[in-house]
Amino acid sequence: MSETHDPSAGNPLEGLAPHHEAEEPPARRRVIGTPSPTPAAVDNRVAAPEESPDYLPTDPSDIVSAKNAERVAALCFLVAFAAGVCFLIAYIGLEVGPYNSGNSVIAALRSNYALGSSLGLALLALGTGSMIWVRHLTPNIEIEEHRHVLKSEPEDRAAFKKDFSTGAAITGITKRPLLRRTMLLATAPLALAPLWLLRDLGPLPGTSLRHTVWKAGTRAVTLGGLRPLTPADMGTAGSMITVIPEGYQDDDDALAKAGVIIIKFAPGELHVPTIFDGKTQLYGMNWTVDSTIVAYSKICTHVGCPVALYEQTTHHILCPCHQSTFDASNGANVVFGPAARALPQLPLGTNAEGYLVALSDFTQPVGPSFWERG
Amino acid sequence: MSSIIARRRRPAAGYAAVAGGLVVAGVLYGTLSGGGASAASNQSNTDIAQGKSLFNASCSSCHGLGAQGTAQAPSLIGAGAAAVDFQMSTGRMPAKESGAENDRKPTDFTQQQIYDISGYIQSLGGGPTIPDSSQVSTNGANTALGYELFSTNCSQCHGFAGAGGALTYGKNAPSLNAATPTQIYEAMLTGPEAMPVFGDGTVTPAEKKDIIAYVIDTRNEANPGGFSLGRTGTITEGAVAWLGGLGFLVVIAMWLTAKRRDPVIGMPDSDHGDAQ
Amino acid sequence: MSDEPVKIPPALDGVGGWIDDRFHLAGGARVLMKKVFPDHWSFMLGEIALWSFVILLLTGTYLAMFFVPSAAPVVYHGSYSKLDGITMSQAYQSTLNISFDIRGGLLVRQIHHWAADLFMVAIMAHMLRVFFTGAYRKPREINWLIGIVLFTLGMLEGLFGYSLPDDQLSGAGLRIFEGVLQGIPIVGTYLAFFLFGGAFPGTSIIPRMYIIHVLLIPGLILGLITAHLFIMFHQKHTQMPMKGNTEKNVVGQPFWPYFMLKGQAWFFFIFGALVVLATFAQINPVWLYGPYTPLAISSASQPDWYMGLLEGALRIMPSWEINFLGHTLTLSVLIPFAVPLGLIFTGAALWPFFEQWATGDRSEHHINDRPRNAPVRTGVGVAAMSFYGILWAEGANDVFADKLSIPLYTITWIARVAVFVIPIGAYFVTKRVCLGLQRKDAELLSHGVEIGIIHQLPNGEFIEESRPLTEEERAVVASKVVPNALPQPATLDANGIPAPASKGLMGRARVIANRAFIETVEEAPGHGNGHHDGHAVGEAEHAAVTTGDTEEH
Repeated sequence: MSETHDPSAGNPLEGLAPHHEAEEPPARRRVIGTPSPTPAAVDNRVAAPEESPDYLPTDPSDIVSAKNAERVAALCFLVAFAAGVCFLIAYIGLEVGPYNSGNSVIAALRSNYALGSSLGLALLALGTGSMIWVRHLTPNIEIEEHRHVLKSEPEDRAAFKKDFSTGAAITGITKRPLLRRTMLLATAPLALAPLWLLRDLGPLPGTSLRHTVWKAGTRAVTLGGLRPLTPADMGTAGSMITVIPEGYQDDDDALAKAGVIIIKFAPGELHVPTIFDGKTQLYGMNWTVDSTIVAYSKICTHVGCPVALYEQTTHHILCPCHQSTFDASNGANVVFGPAARALPQLPLGTNAEGYLVALSDFTQPVGPSFWERG
Repeated sequence: MSSIIARRRRPAAGYAAVAGGLVVAGVLYGTLSGGGASAASNQSNTDIAQGKSLFNASCSSCHGLGAQGTAQAPSLIGAGAAAVDFQMSTGRMPAKESGAENDRKPTDFTQQQIYDISGYIQSLGGGPTIPDSSQVSTNGANTALGYELFSTNCSQCHGFAGAGGALTYGKNAPSLNAATPTQIYEAMLTGPEAMPVFGDGTVTPAEKKDIIAYVIDTRNEANPGGFSLGRTGTITEGAVAWLGGLGFLVVIAMWLTAKRRDPVIGMPDSDHGDAQ
Repeated sequence: MSDEPVKIPPALDGVGGWIDDRFHLAGGARVLMKKVFPDHWSFMLGEIALWSFVILLLTGTYLAMFFVPSAAPVVYHGSYSKLDGITMSQAYQSTLNISFDIRGGLLVRQIHHWAADLFMVAIMAHMLRVFFTGAYRKPREINWLIGIVLFTLGMLEGLFGYSLPDDQLSGAGLRIFEGVLQGIPIVGTYLAFFLFGGAFPGTSIIPRMYIIHVLLIPGLILGLITAHLFIMFHQKHTQMPMKGNTEKNVVGQPFWPYFMLKGQAWFFFIFGALVVLATFAQINPVWLYGPYTPLAISSASQPDWYMGLLEGALRIMPSWEINFLGHTLTLSVLIPFAVPLGLIFTGAALWPFFEQWATGDRSEHHINDRPRNAPVRTGVGVAAMSFYGILWAEGANDVFADKLSIPLYTITWIARVAVFVIPIGAYFVTKRVCLGLQRKDAELLSHGVEIGIIHQLPNGEFIEESRPLTEEERAVVASKVVPNALPQPATLDANGIPAPASKGLMGRARVIANRAFIETVEEAPGHGNGHHDGHAVGEAEHAAVTTGDTEEH
């Protein structure tokens, strides 16, 4: 009686009592989004069909809606068929590459779009049809299966142990230490053999990580143009260029350690400190040309990416891989980032013809650190 | 005319009137608006005196009356016409504020005015000159060599396809998608802001043409694999895999496993003699 | 019995009989057909990985018909004219060939790469689902460990796969890989030289990666997936806490035909989604990157997403190197390489056993937990996710810096602090959120569900009607299982002897862990079920948070 709470009906408190409403139908006014008073799917279970309870029923509950669903699924499959045929036609009809007379990128684009959208449509239509099939054309069966106890019975375990132990006793392996030990001895080298065979995967590193192909007198040439450079070629302050040792442009193994960047500073801006490691010089202004042109290794000392993001305003060289930053005006020492060592400096000078050359190889190993580096 | 009048009360008449008004406004705006390059500008018509007065009006407050520089802005003596043309035609100069860097924005000057100012600066101390059209033309350029040069000297800042990249302290190397061939040439030649200088000694004029050809070709190139996702690489790919791939499939999974509307038929225990 | 609902065609019947004559299959096949697979959308995440792997095998086989795994240099004169005249490896050339000269080649290449990304996404989503529902508990610990190994193998497989085309981006990744290897103490340079057949880049790495990528790792993955599925089959899948689901049964639809049909639909949707991605979203455009040369690099160089954690770890690390006695220990590289992944994988692998140790719970679990009912587990999971996520985001720091105009170093500094602070904070916040949700559940159990109908009492107070939970709802909400409290060190038995397991350092640690695990919210005592007795909702009726012994529900 007091269930239809119509606010327009007189005294809103009339007939009101805190009530236990469990069995009443839902009131008309209800805040949207809150659960309904009687939950939607209370028990909509039905009993299994009486005949042949061991075998599943085969027909969906609502024949009419199943027929509609069948039509929709069939339509999906027809769409899939049509799309599949389009795929086959598109493959034959759209040429790419050498047989295409136009722009190969456009041809690849057209072909990719045509093949991909037809194939994708076919697959999604098949998926949608299959989904409708399983959800609307089958009876909504729920069955229950018992879980086996995973642990074996104690008798089975005991019997297994006895069988296993009997077999082991038959081999006599526990009672014959001579046999056992010599067999283990025999298998030891063979077990090592696969690892042994890996030795020739590659040469030993030796001292190769300590050197590059730069030598005294090697000219620096631009990468790409392969032109040697004079100090005048470096132009105005703020100039930077990547150079490689002359003659090694096709040798990737050499280039992976020998790439160098040459930077031109304004007079007075470059202050490479003089650093020695024992008797070996590592950095110095005597390795620059005209006190304004300096050469550093292009291989980052962190993990080896080419480091060449030079900002002429800050004189910082930034490595784009992990943001190690080096100060080019100060011997390329690390100012930020994970690199632990400054970029090695290549001793730079000029030869008789006036071209920029290396005065010697790098005096420290370039690139990432390694255990034996020192 | 009468047929238009006769239709004036139709429902579509209002839309037609608005559309027509927009078209008229757009055409008028396009014809009358100035700014940017105009067809009549020509380097050989450079008027240095005009350039000087323009400079004094717009630039000298930061760069000084003789372009000698002040605390706020560097000297332009020796900067060259190319630097001025680049900075002004990309709208970076006059700078609206001093900050980490200046970004490209629409310019308030006509190209002729920019030529005049560049001519004036060139007359003060020399420097790199504005390239002529043959220097920036991509006819006969070796795009493959341009690829090699670009990937060695440019992509570490500007990205493999010229989409731009981050520098330190809030600066960035801009995307190259809006740059004209002349601007690309001038940028290499003059090294604006943090960009290094790639003078003609280190990157020859022919090599510059090759690089320009590579940049133009790449940015005009279609993406055969679909939407390019910004040509930034794997970051956007990963986002699409998670949000697009997994997101879509989770929705499908929810659909596939959702409670069915028809009643559940509960079967009795289906096991046949299996161990309990 | 021949009262079959549909007549089996005589030919099929004949073949079936012929096979059964030789293999004794009928009984076993019946059991298989009736096998029950519980239904929940989150149970389908692992299948995304499975079908993606199948698609990877199919598309990979197609690509292998055209790909040339050789580093031998060749001058390009193919269809992609922008690179005409460039010297490149045959691997790169064959990849360009597939993309521009083979019909469907670009599509298959992109499907393959998207499937690889989706494979890893699905594994991680599946792993998170299993973790947060506690489905790794006994008897499924081994399957959990197999899953972790599968994830690791997947990472390696993807790394080698995208490095095969020998393009600029993946080549930079290989360079980083070699630099990291080189830095390993004592054996690093040998490892690097043996793997690469000499100095970097060498010519051996591509054919070696190829055989690892098409034979070795797929074989291992296939074997482990088979084991993973077989174990799941044999032990039966877990199920969500619902009415009718107990630890002793499995409720759902039978394998034949439901699971087959649903599996068919799911496969088509996954394949379809991958093809749509491969059509409309360009991935790994190697022609734009160009062939690998050791002296070129691009800004925004990142590996595929599942390697992002390592990339971020390398970027977040400040510089640290120790030189002693002529040797260099480069911690800048070794710590990022070993610590984050090592922590996460080792932690994940040990977690089921840690949880058993801390809760003393050695019973089988076949009903999943709701994450809120396991606050420590959920909190640790969210902490691990935030640790992973911060490092992952740091791997993209230059893209964030560029697109969001945040200074580059600032992002790294924020990440350096966040990577320690946020996981700890996330643990505490998540745990409190879980306990709060448990409190809400306790109120639901005692007060019922509010239904949005509001009354005003004569004294002016507003009350909201509620109804009691249905059986289905109650089964879900009341499904919490609280671990037992282990004996505290201070408790002595009747003879005054403390429990042996609580003695010593390990014992004390165990008790501390146990105390965290058993923290829960009790159902509020003293209320009838579901009836609102008319007192104001505002009264303090919050269930207390307790840490004492509770009965198992």
